[in-house]
Amino acid sequence: MTWLAIALTALGCLAFKAAGWLLPPAALDRPAVRRGAELLPVALLAALVVVQAFGARRALVLDARAVGLAAGAVALLLRAPFLVVVLVAATTAAVLRTL
Amino acid sequence: MLQACALSLLVFTGASQFALVGVLGAGGTVLAGVASALLLGSRNALYAVRLADLLRLRGPRRALAAHLTIDETMAMAAGAPPGLTGFAFWATAASVYLLWNLATLLGAVAGQVIDTRAFGLDAAVGAGFLALVRLQVHERAAAGVAVGGALLAAGAVPFAPPGVPVLLAALAVVPAVVRTRR
Repeated sequence: MTWLAIALTALGCLAFKAAGWLLPPAALDRPAVRRGAELLPVALLAALVVVQAFGARRALVLDARAVGLAAGAVALLLRAPFLVVVLVAATTAAVLRTL
Repeated sequence: MLQACALSLLVFTGASQFALVGVLGAGGTVLAGVASALLLGSRNALYAVRLADLLRLRGPRRALAAHLTIDETMAMAAGAPPGLTGFAFWATAASVYLLWNLATLLGAVAGQVIDTRAFGLDAAVGAGFLALVRLQVHERAAAGVAVGGALLAAGAVPFAPPGVPVLLAALAVVPAVVRTRR
Protein backbone atom coordinates (compact mmCIF):
# COMPACT_ATOMS: atom_id res chain seq x y z
CA MET A 1 0.00 0.00 0.00
CA THR A 2 2.85 2.36 0.83
CA TRP A 3 4.50 1.63 -2.51
CA LEU A 4 1.21 2.46 -4.23
CA ALA A 5 1.09 5.79 -2.36
CA ILE A 6 4.69 6.54 -3.36
CA ALA A 7 4.00 5.73 -7.02
CA LEU A 8 0.83 7.86 -7.13
CA THR A 9 2.52 10.78 -5.40
CA ALA A 10 5.53 10.60 -7.71
CA LEU A 11 3.35 10.49 -10.83
CA GLY A 12 1.01 13.23 -9.62
CA CYS A 13 3.76 15.60 -8.52
CA LEU A 14 5.62 15.07 -11.79
CA ALA A 15 2.38 15.72 -13.69
CA PHE A 16 2.03 19.12 -12.02
CA LYS A 17 5.63 20.00 -12.83
CA ALA A 18 5.28 18.79 -16.45
CA ALA A 19 1.99 20.66 -16.91
CA GLY A 20 3.72 23.95 -16.22
CA TRP A 21 6.45 23.14 -18.74
CA LEU A 22 4.11 21.93 -21.48
CA LEU A 23 0.86 23.91 -21.26
CA PRO A 24 0.64 27.43 -22.68
CA PRO A 25 1.25 29.91 -19.83
CA ALA A 26 -2.22 31.42 -20.21
CA ALA A 27 -3.77 28.11 -19.09
CA LEU A 28 -2.24 28.33 -15.62
CA ASP A 29 -0.93 31.82 -15.10
CA ARG A 30 -4.10 33.51 -13.86
CA PRO A 31 -4.25 35.64 -10.71
CA ALA A 32 -6.70 33.37 -8.87
CA VAL A 33 -4.76 30.18 -9.76
CA ARG A 34 -1.50 31.84 -8.78
CA ARG A 35 -2.98 32.98 -5.45
CA GLY A 36 -4.39 29.52 -4.72
CA ALA A 37 -1.11 27.74 -5.49
CA GLU A 38 0.76 30.26 -3.35
CA LEU A 39 -1.54 29.86 -0.34
CA LEU A 40 -2.30 26.11 -0.46
CA PRO A 41 1.06 25.16 1.09
CA VAL A 42 0.45 27.67 3.90
CA ALA A 43 -2.93 26.13 4.80
CA LEU A 44 -1.77 22.51 4.54
CA LEU A 45 1.52 22.99 6.36
CA ALA A 46 -0.29 24.82 9.19
CA ALA A 47 -2.71 21.88 9.41
CA LEU A 48 0.22 19.45 9.52
CA VAL A 49 1.71 21.42 12.45
CA VAL A 50 -1.51 20.85 14.42
CA VAL A 51 -1.87 17.18 13.48
CA GLN A 52 1.78 16.34 14.15
CA ALA A 53 2.10 18.27 17.43
CA PHE A 54 -1.31 17.66 19.04
CA GLY A 55 -2.96 14.78 17.17
CA ALA A 56 -3.40 11.38 18.80
CA ARG A 57 -5.74 9.37 16.59
CA ARG A 58 -9.08 11.18 16.91
CA ALA A 59 -8.14 13.48 19.78
CA LEU A 60 -6.03 16.52 20.42
CA VAL A 61 -3.63 16.10 23.34
CA LEU A 62 -1.03 18.21 25.10
CA ASP A 63 2.17 16.22 25.66
CA ALA A 64 5.92 16.60 25.24
CA ARG A 65 5.43 17.27 21.52
CA ALA A 66 3.43 20.44 22.27
CA VAL A 67 6.13 21.72 24.61
CA GLY A 68 8.74 20.92 21.96
CA LEU A 69 6.70 22.85 19.38
CA ALA A 70 6.44 25.84 21.74
CA ALA A 71 10.21 25.82 22.24
CA GLY A 72 10.69 25.58 18.48
CA ALA A 73 8.31 28.52 17.99
CA VAL A 74 10.39 30.62 20.40
CA ALA A 75 13.54 29.72 18.45
CA LEU A 76 11.72 30.73 15.27
CA LEU A 77 10.76 34.11 16.79
CA LEU A 78 14.44 34.62 17.62
CA ARG A 79 15.15 34.10 13.91
CA ALA A 80 16.98 30.81 14.45
CA PRO A 81 17.71 28.84 11.26
CA PHE A 82 15.59 25.81 10.30
CA LEU A 83 17.93 23.16 11.74
CA VAL A 84 18.19 24.96 15.08
CA VAL A 85 14.38 25.23 15.35
CA VAL A 86 14.01 21.50 14.74
CA LEU A 87 16.83 20.60 17.15
CA VAL A 88 15.43 22.85 19.91
CA ALA A 89 12.01 21.17 19.58
CA ALA A 90 13.49 17.66 19.60
CA THR A 91 15.81 18.31 22.54
CA THR A 92 13.03 19.93 24.59
CA ALA A 93 10.71 16.96 24.09
CA ALA A 94 13.50 14.45 24.71
CA VAL A 95 14.59 16.12 27.96
CA LEU A 96 10.98 16.40 29.14
CA ARG A 97 10.49 12.68 28.60
CA THR A 98 13.46 11.76 30.76
CA LEU A 99 11.99 13.66 33.76
CA MET B 1 14.20 2.67 4.35
CA LEU B 2 13.93 1.84 0.68
CA GLN B 3 10.59 3.65 0.61
CA ALA B 4 12.02 6.86 2.08
CA CYS B 5 14.79 6.86 -0.51
CA ALA B 6 12.39 6.12 -3.38
CA LEU B 7 10.25 9.04 -2.23
CA SER B 8 13.17 11.47 -2.37
CA LEU B 9 14.45 10.14 -5.70
CA LEU B 10 11.08 10.01 -7.46
CA VAL B 11 8.91 12.70 -5.87
CA PHE B 12 11.64 15.24 -5.09
CA THR B 13 9.50 18.00 -3.64
CA GLY B 14 9.99 18.23 0.10
CA ALA B 15 6.67 19.48 1.46
CA SER B 16 4.73 16.83 -0.50
CA GLN B 17 7.01 14.07 0.80
CA PHE B 18 6.59 15.24 4.40
CA ALA B 19 2.82 15.47 3.96
CA LEU B 20 2.54 11.93 2.56
CA VAL B 21 4.67 10.48 5.34
CA GLY B 22 2.87 12.56 7.98
CA VAL B 23 -0.61 11.48 6.88
CA LEU B 24 0.28 7.80 6.37
CA GLY B 25 2.21 7.79 9.66
CA ALA B 26 -0.84 9.13 11.51
CA GLY B 27 -2.89 6.23 10.12
CA GLY B 28 -4.42 8.06 7.16
CA THR B 29 -5.49 6.28 3.98
CA VAL B 30 -3.40 6.18 0.80
CA LEU B 31 -5.99 8.46 -0.82
CA ALA B 32 -5.77 11.12 1.92
CA GLY B 33 -1.99 10.98 1.93
CA VAL B 34 -1.62 11.25 -1.84
CA ALA B 35 -4.22 14.03 -2.07
CA SER B 36 -2.42 16.12 0.58
CA ALA B 37 0.90 15.59 -1.17
CA LEU B 38 -0.55 16.60 -4.54
CA LEU B 39 -2.18 19.77 -3.17
CA LEU B 40 1.23 20.77 -1.82
CA GLY B 41 2.90 19.85 -5.12
CA SER B 42 0.51 21.92 -7.24
CA ARG B 43 2.57 25.09 -6.78
CA ASN B 44 5.40 23.50 -8.80
CA ALA B 45 3.21 23.85 -11.91
CA LEU B 46 3.42 27.63 -11.59
CA TYR B 47 7.17 27.54 -10.98
CA ALA B 48 7.41 25.46 -14.16
CA VAL B 49 5.50 28.09 -16.18
CA ARG B 50 8.06 30.69 -15.09
CA LEU B 51 11.06 28.38 -15.64
CA ALA B 52 9.86 27.31 -19.10
CA ASP B 53 9.91 30.98 -20.05
CA LEU B 54 13.33 31.62 -18.43
CA LEU B 55 15.17 28.52 -19.72
CA ARG B 56 13.42 27.64 -23.01
CA LEU B 57 14.46 23.97 -23.11
CA ARG B 58 13.51 21.15 -25.50
CA GLY B 59 13.48 17.34 -25.45
CA PRO B 60 15.15 15.29 -22.71
CA ARG B 61 16.64 18.36 -21.02
CA ARG B 62 13.13 19.73 -20.61
CA ALA B 63 11.91 16.43 -19.09
CA LEU B 64 14.82 16.42 -16.64
CA ALA B 65 14.25 20.08 -15.76
CA ALA B 66 10.58 19.28 -15.07
CA HIS B 67 11.53 16.72 -12.42
CA LEU B 68 13.92 19.26 -10.87
CA THR B 69 11.31 22.04 -10.67
CA ILE B 70 11.12 22.94 -6.94
CA ASP B 71 11.17 26.02 -4.69
CA GLU B 72 14.97 26.17 -4.57
CA THR B 73 15.72 25.82 -8.30
CA MET B 74 12.94 28.29 -9.15
CA ALA B 75 14.22 30.86 -6.66
CA MET B 76 17.84 30.57 -7.80
CA ALA B 77 16.99 30.72 -11.53
CA ALA B 78 14.67 33.69 -11.10
CA GLY B 79 17.15 35.55 -8.90
CA ALA B 80 20.21 34.93 -11.08
CA PRO B 81 21.81 37.78 -13.04
CA PRO B 82 21.01 37.77 -16.79
CA GLY B 83 23.04 35.14 -18.65
CA LEU B 84 23.50 32.96 -15.58
CA THR B 85 19.88 31.74 -15.38
CA GLY B 86 20.66 28.31 -16.83
CA PHE B 87 23.77 27.84 -14.70
CA ALA B 88 21.89 28.87 -11.53
CA PHE B 89 19.10 26.39 -12.31
CA TRP B 90 21.27 23.36 -13.12
CA ALA B 91 23.85 23.97 -10.38
CA THR B 92 21.11 24.36 -7.76
CA ALA B 93 19.25 21.33 -9.11
CA ALA B 94 22.34 19.10 -9.03
CA SER B 95 23.45 20.10 -5.54
CA VAL B 96 19.99 19.99 -3.97
CA TYR B 97 19.15 16.64 -5.63
CA LEU B 98 22.41 15.10 -4.44
CA LEU B 99 22.28 16.42 -0.87
CA TRP B 100 18.54 15.83 -0.47
CA ASN B 101 18.88 12.16 -1.43
CA LEU B 102 22.04 11.69 0.60
CA ALA B 103 20.38 13.21 3.67
CA THR B 104 17.31 11.00 3.11
CA LEU B 105 19.51 7.90 3.09
CA LEU B 106 21.30 9.01 6.28
CA GLY B 107 17.97 9.78 7.97
CA ALA B 108 16.44 6.48 6.90
CA VAL B 109 19.41 4.53 8.27
CA ALA B 110 19.39 6.55 11.51
CA GLY B 111 15.64 6.02 11.88
CA GLN B 112 16.18 2.26 11.96
CA VAL B 113 18.94 2.42 14.54
CA ILE B 114 17.74 4.96 17.10
CA ASP B 115 14.56 5.32 19.17
CA THR B 116 13.02 8.34 17.41
CA ARG B 117 10.65 9.06 20.31
CA ALA B 118 13.41 9.13 22.93
CA PHE B 119 15.28 11.69 20.81
CA GLY B 120 12.15 13.83 20.54
CA LEU B 121 12.09 13.47 16.78
CA ASP B 122 8.28 13.23 16.76
CA ALA B 123 8.22 16.72 18.28
CA ALA B 124 10.73 17.93 15.73
CA VAL B 125 8.28 17.12 12.90
CA GLY B 126 5.69 19.67 14.09
CA ALA B 127 8.37 22.31 14.61
CA GLY B 128 9.75 21.59 11.14
CA PHE B 129 6.33 22.18 9.59
CA LEU B 130 6.00 25.39 11.62
CA ALA B 131 9.33 26.64 10.27
CA LEU B 132 8.17 25.81 6.72
CA VAL B 133 4.95 27.79 7.27
CA ARG B 134 6.97 30.73 8.54
CA LEU B 135 9.03 30.69 5.31
CA GLN B 136 5.87 30.88 3.19
CA VAL B 137 4.08 33.64 5.10
CA HIS B 138 5.07 37.07 3.81
CA GLU B 139 1.83 39.01 4.32
CA ARG B 140 -1.17 39.37 6.58
CA ALA B 141 -3.54 37.42 4.31
CA ALA B 142 -1.18 34.42 4.29
CA ALA B 143 -0.96 34.52 8.09
CA GLY B 144 -4.77 34.43 8.16
CA VAL B 145 -4.75 31.38 5.88
CA ALA B 146 -2.25 29.65 8.18
CA VAL B 147 -4.42 30.30 11.25
CA GLY B 148 -7.52 29.24 9.32
CA GLY B 149 -5.89 26.02 8.15
CA ALA B 150 -4.69 25.18 11.65
CA LEU B 151 -8.14 25.82 13.17
CA LEU B 152 -9.95 23.81 10.48
CA ALA B 153 -7.60 20.88 11.05
CA ALA B 154 -7.89 21.11 14.84
CA GLY B 155 -11.69 21.22 14.60
CA ALA B 156 -11.80 18.24 12.24
CA VAL B 157 -9.45 15.89 14.15
CA PRO B 158 -12.11 14.51 16.54
CA PHE B 159 -14.62 13.87 13.75
CA ALA B 160 -12.71 12.95 10.60
CA PRO B 161 -10.51 9.92 9.86
CA PRO B 162 -6.73 10.54 9.98
CA GLY B 163 -5.45 12.55 7.03
CA VAL B 164 -8.78 14.19 6.24
CA PRO B 165 -8.24 17.19 8.62
CA VAL B 166 -5.18 18.17 6.58
CA LEU B 167 -7.21 18.03 3.36
CA LEU B 168 -10.06 20.05 4.87
CA ALA B 169 -7.56 22.75 5.82
CA ALA B 170 -7.11 23.47 2.11
CA LEU B 171 -10.51 25.25 2.30
CA ALA B 172 -8.78 28.00 4.31
CA VAL B 173 -7.46 29.46 1.04
CA VAL B 174 -10.96 30.00 -0.40
CA PRO B 175 -11.68 33.49 1.06
CA ALA B 176 -8.30 34.88 -0.07
CA VAL B 177 -8.61 33.33 -3.55
CA VAL B 178 -12.16 34.64 -4.03
CA ARG B 179 -10.93 38.11 -3.15
CA THR B 180 -8.25 38.04 -5.91
CA ARG B 181 -10.90 37.59 -8.61
CA ARG B 182 -12.65 40.85 -7.79
